[in-house]
Amino acid sequence: MTEAGYNFAYLDEATKRMIRRAILKAVAIPGHQIPFGAREMPLPYGWGTGGIQVTASILGPQDVLKVIDQGADDTTNAVSIRRFFTRVAGIATTDATGEASIIQTRHRIPEKPLTENQILVYQVPQPEPLFKLEPHRAETRRIHALADYGLMHVRLYEDIARLGHIAKAYDYPVMVNERYLMSPSPIPAFDNPKMHQMAALQLFGAGREKRIYAVPPYTPVRSLDFEDHPFRPIRAPHACAICGSRTSYLDELITNDAGGRAFICSDTDYCQERQEAPKAAAE
Amino acid sequence: MNLLLEARGLHLKFGAIAALDDVAIDVSAGEVVAIVGESGSGKTTLLRVLAGQMAPDSGTVRYLGGDVLGMTEAERRRLMRTDWGFVHQNPRDGLRMGVSAGGNVGERLMALGARHYGNIRDEAKAWLQRVEIDAARIDDLPRHFSGGMQQRLQIARTLVTRPKLVFMDEPTGGLDVSVQARLLDLIRALVHELGLSVLIVTHDIAAARLLADRILVMRRGQVVEQGLTDRVLDDPQHPYTQLLVSSVLAA
Ligand SMILES: [Zn+2]
Repeated sequence: MTEAGYNFAYLDEATKRMIRRAILKAVAIPGHQIPFGAREMPLPYGWGTGGIQVTASILGPQDVLKVIDQGADDTTNAVSIRRFFTRVAGIATTDATGEASIIQTRHRIPEKPLTENQILVYQVPQPEPLFKLEPHRAETRRIHALADYGLMHVRLYEDIARLGHIAKAYDYPVMVNERYLMSPSPIPAFDNPKMHQMAALQLFGAGREKRIYAVPPYTPVRSLDFEDHPFRPIRAPHACAICGSRTSYLDELITNDAGGRAFICSDTDYCQERQEAPKAAAE
Repeated sequence: MNLLLEARGLHLKFGAIAALDDVAIDVSAGEVVAIVGESGSGKTTLLRVLAGQMAPDSGTVRYLGGDVLGMTEAERRRLMRTDWGFVHQNPRDGLRMGVSAGGNVGERLMALGARHYGNIRDEAKAWLQRVEIDAARIDDLPRHFSGGMQQRLQIARTLVTRPKLVFMDEPTGGLDVSVQARLLDLIRALVHELGLSVLIVTHDIAAARLLADRILVMRRGQVVEQGLTDRVLDDPQHPYTQLLVSSVLAA
């Protein structure tokens, strides 16, 4: 039950309407950053206040919420956010990707393909993909307005010239609907292809920078690259030590003091489901 | 003659000072026009107005018949990365100092849609050689280049997309005399090879003589004399032009 003294999902109705308007604008112009009047939240920046405000604005009493951090449901960050929404909205939560209607995430996209009945909410620390290349916001706004993205390709060119390949392993820049350059948030480049033509609505909230942007269902999302240096989603060339998956994104674990290492799925729900699936099939 | 740029009746005041006082100028295809004058004569202001970077109080500027002053920012920028080029006096204003020489040359290609790394790199190497920079330095940062090399790199970066009209603001300004001469020779050779139209602002009469087909002499916001380079410099009519030319002879 909702605690007395709180509006449903913490934010007052006027604030939710304001954020929903920003979300609608964002959906109407895929990949374009919309400013919004971010509210102080009872969690510090860096804890996903932008994602939390987006989730709070779209949440209804029937929703089932999943929160992941680096692919896991049980990290401090994910647990706190889930507990927060249970307390202020009284909604059901789940670890199962397939059962969630809203998934708030930091740093991953679930392995299981999402559906039209789901919304993926990303926590975004820095919404501006040109942030490191062009420090002036007025100039980055102009670059976006004119789709004048040569500068981003210069950055990729520089990587190949110095290192022989594009060095960005996270937050790898994408073109949305062949119009706006967008930061996918610090997800691994491995996850970028999942954004392309995704059935679920993707919403991005940056609390500190006060920006919301979106990728509507079935929108083309293309990772920038060169014809002779095509984008490649990289994963560790191993099988998960627990479920044996050779296609999921893996985390590297140090297993003992002798420096033993193992690779396991970063998406804990996916790994869990794969462990249970053979048993279910056998029964 | 195929007229590229055409300006008429330009006026611009900074307070009580007339920076441009009824200025008119034409640049035809393949023509190099120098605007000479001392600092404060209005020549750099004129260049900026013609390039659409600054609005005059009144007057018209047309490029291939289109209204430059009425262009949107988007249209102006598109022109700036296709048909036009701008070479700044200080190479730092025209280069990305944190980006390699190859990246600097390749940027305009990439802005126009080039997406083949190998081709961009080959083109950058060819252009470095063309401006007499060792292609082996393609991955070096411009901050490790001499002033003359930086200026040559800026020229390569500007010309790589073969603009029709290049604006140059005192391109040899900050350089040693011996370096200036080499750069002027290079600019002259490139202009000839590529058939460029150039509008160059300079206080250096010798540079104007070497490069320009025509000269406009500016003083206090007005064009006091203009004509073919040899005519203006060998037989100056206006007392101010005579003074400018004689001061070169004295130097
Ligand atoms: Zn696994």
